[in-house]
Amino acid sequence: MNVAPDRGASAKHHILTVLVENKPGVLTRVAGLFARRGFNIYSLAVAPTEDDRFSRITIVVDVESAPLEQIIKQLDKLINVVKIDELAPGEAVERELLLATVAAPPEVRGQVIELVGVFEGRILSVGWRELTVSLEGSPSKLDDFEELIGNYGIVALQRTGRVALPKLERRTPDIEDPPA
Amino acid sequence: MQFSDRYGSAPSAIARPTTDRSSEGTEMTTPSSGRRMDGGRALIKALEMEGVETIFGLPGGAILPVYDPIIDSPIRHILVRHEQGAGHMAEGFAHATGRPGVAMVTSGPAATNIVTPLCDAYMDSVPIVVITGQVPYAAIGTDAFQECDTTGITMPVTKHNFLISDAQDIPRIIREAFHIATTGRPGPVLVDVPKDIVDPKNPRSAMDWYWPEEVDLPGYRPVTAGDPEAIRRAAELILAAERPVIYAGGGILKARAAEVLRELAELTGIHVVTTLMARGAFPDDHPLALGMPGMHGNYTAVTSMQRSDLLIALGSRFDDRVTGKVPAFAPEAKIIHVDIDPAELGKVRRPDVGIAGDARLVIEALIEAIGELGGPSRQPDRRAWGEQIREWQQRYPLTYQPSEPGEALKPQFVLETLRDNTPDDCIVASGVGQHQMWTSQYWKFNHPYTWVNSGGLGTMGFAVPAAIGAKVGRPDRMVWAVDGDGCFQMTAQELVTAASERIPVKVAILNNAYLGMVRQWQEMFYEERYSEVYLSPDLPDYKMWAEAMGCIGMRVESPEEVLPAIEKANEIDDRPVVIEFRTDSREKVYPMVPAGLSNDEIIVDPAHGEGGH
Ligand SMILES: Cc1ncc(C[n+]2csc(CCOP(=O)(O)OP(=O)(O)O)c2C)c(N)n1
Repeated sequence: MNVAPDRGASAKHHILTVLVENKPGVLTRVAGLFARRGFNIYSLAVAPTEDDRFSRITIVVDVESAPLEQIIKQLDKLINVVKIDELAPGEAVERELLLATVAAPPEVRGQVIELVGVFEGRILSVGWRELTVSLEGSPSKLDDFEELIGNYGIVALQRTGRVALPKLERRTPDIEDPPA
Repeated sequence: MQFSDRYGSAPSAIARPTTDRSSEGTEMTTPSSGRRMDGGRALIKALEMEGVETIFGLPGGAILPVYDPIIDSPIRHILVRHEQGAGHMAEGFAHATGRPGVAMVTSGPAATNIVTPLCDAYMDSVPIVVITGQVPYAAIGTDAFQECDTTGITMPVTKHNFLISDAQDIPRIIREAFHIATTGRPGPVLVDVPKDIVDPKNPRSAMDWYWPEEVDLPGYRPVTAGDPEAIRRAAELILAAERPVIYAGGGILKARAAEVLRELAELTGIHVVTTLMARGAFPDDHPLALGMPGMHGNYTAVTSMQRSDLLIALGSRFDDRVTGKVPAFAPEAKIIHVDIDPAELGKVRRPDVGIAGDARLVIEALIEAIGELGGPSRQPDRRAWGEQIREWQQRYPLTYQPSEPGEALKPQFVLETLRDNTPDDCIVASGVGQHQMWTSQYWKFNHPYTWVNSGGLGTMGFAVPAAIGAKVGRPDRMVWAVDGDGCFQMTAQELVTAASERIPVKVAILNNAYLGMVRQWQEMFYEERYSEVYLSPDLPDYKMWAEAMGCIGMRVESPEEVLPAIEKANEIDDRPVVIEFRTDSREKVYPMVPAGLSNDEIIVDPAHGEGGH
């Protein structure tokens, strides 16, 4: 898995949420399909769902739509794949978690703490010359934070990969609708 | 009956065993019947419940507990000499009968030996179920003796695979394996079985027997009926087309749709090409038959597709060997594409009408829709198109120059003689190479399920074991394998299996002393630099080899000997027969569309004069 140089959303950016059976080897099958077609997975997150028979995999890929259609159809053929939704970035709520250990010597420590505060992050661990912080939010917010905090020096960084669900539909009540 | 419709209606004369063939039949059908059993017994019992009559395989340490109960089972086990043979036999069985073939082998090297047939079956959508032994569950991941990550290795070449972790799951998993292999787009399924969960000496193998009547696979919903709206649009396109061609693929055979295909062709008067995988799906002696398209297809099949204004692709997948250079393929044609696998629609060429569905059901619905739209009387006058096709057929028939006296045999002559002196419903299996293409070109396939061949993977060594599997499945039929000398040397030892099991297949080796197809490419595209393709005509001595394996062996060198040898072989029915035909190594397969070029650049036999266009 390569990390694309552009960490933000690109024109070819697609989010797939894939509901799979909670069985061993399923992630390999899913990831293997992408690998076999030479597609890069940009971000991947997997965890069990509300129903313990199933897990949900959120996959972000950067490909043109046409090959993506083929990928979706091939994914759908996997016996353990129950459901696939493609979420347009605008129609999804996306979240990601970032953990970072940043250089924070006494001279700049205040600035780092302030920056974490501005982004509504949290300080998890305090060391002599470093801080470990966490930040949760949309992937682009995390990108911004990463860029700014990078000015102080990042010692270690780990992001979870994004998770996403469709935005809820907001049906405006019809004028003709009879009162409930 | 556990099989899907499509396999249930197999033309096979063999009665399918019913579920009560096992002594405890009726009580077995409920999950609560709860008879204690060990996993090995349960596995064999589950295969019996699936109606399995024959297993092709070879035992070893890890699978021994499953082999043990075979002694008490009505299932016939055929002991192969190499696991690749077991896999191809299972495939040959499935090709010829439409029922799933079953192979069982041990862990490690046995499992890797069967990867080739798995991939072959995957590419050609052949329903087989392969059981592999595995080291005990607790030893998995420790690099134990003969451990191999079989499910990992076979993941990309199976429709699905299972690693059993609990003896209690065995009946359910076997049931699911057969269901997956035989429904939707058929394909190979592998079940990997750790030794401890089938070993009666191990407490982990204890289970309560049950038989699941239903399968519960929430992610598996093969499509069957096509979308009626799309079918109506397809019918409209058919009724409007001036130069339509039906492009029939192997899916026709898988869907048992040969009869309705013929009905559709006759109703509309549309000509039919049958791909390498579909040979036999439409009778070659039918006036609307065009034969095989593609790289070595005949001129008319290739060119009529190129010039068509509508291609009706039924169970075919626009393989590169058929399309040639894709952007130049059938440039003026609208496309109707019917496939059971939605992933095939638009994979290579975007259809104007794509219909996901079972070919038989969709064709039936198409026939109905055509009727509702006014029937074939609404079609434009297609006489000019028919005339054009006839003209191509007359101008560019398949041809070859007969051999001069004293020269080596022409392979085409051997095939014509074989074709004309075997029953019309004879099953023919082939290896991969020139002999395969000549067989497909020169044979007359008038019945479905008479052509057993490795199309997608192009596996040398397929013919002999596949023919054996076909003969086991259809003992009532004459079965010939046509093999190359190169291919034969890859799996010939399975004739030992055939001889000892009294499976009387017949093998025609076209011995041109070369890896002929490779030689042809070197001749045409590598300036006749024949690097590493010469095999020697005399080494091995095929006649002696055949005899050493318990077969009748013959060698034929001159045209006069061809017919008598074939007649003699046809009379032998108690053991396998091998005839080695010494053929001309210089002979090339024509026509040919060189790889990567447009189908317009088809090269015809030089006897037709310059170019073919
Ligand atoms: C297992 C395998 N190895 C290599 C090839 C590549 N290949 C395709 S055809 C061919 C030559 C086959 O020679 P032979 O069996 O003598 O048949 P001929 O072409 O002479 O009829 C080879 C090597 C293949 N298809 N399969």
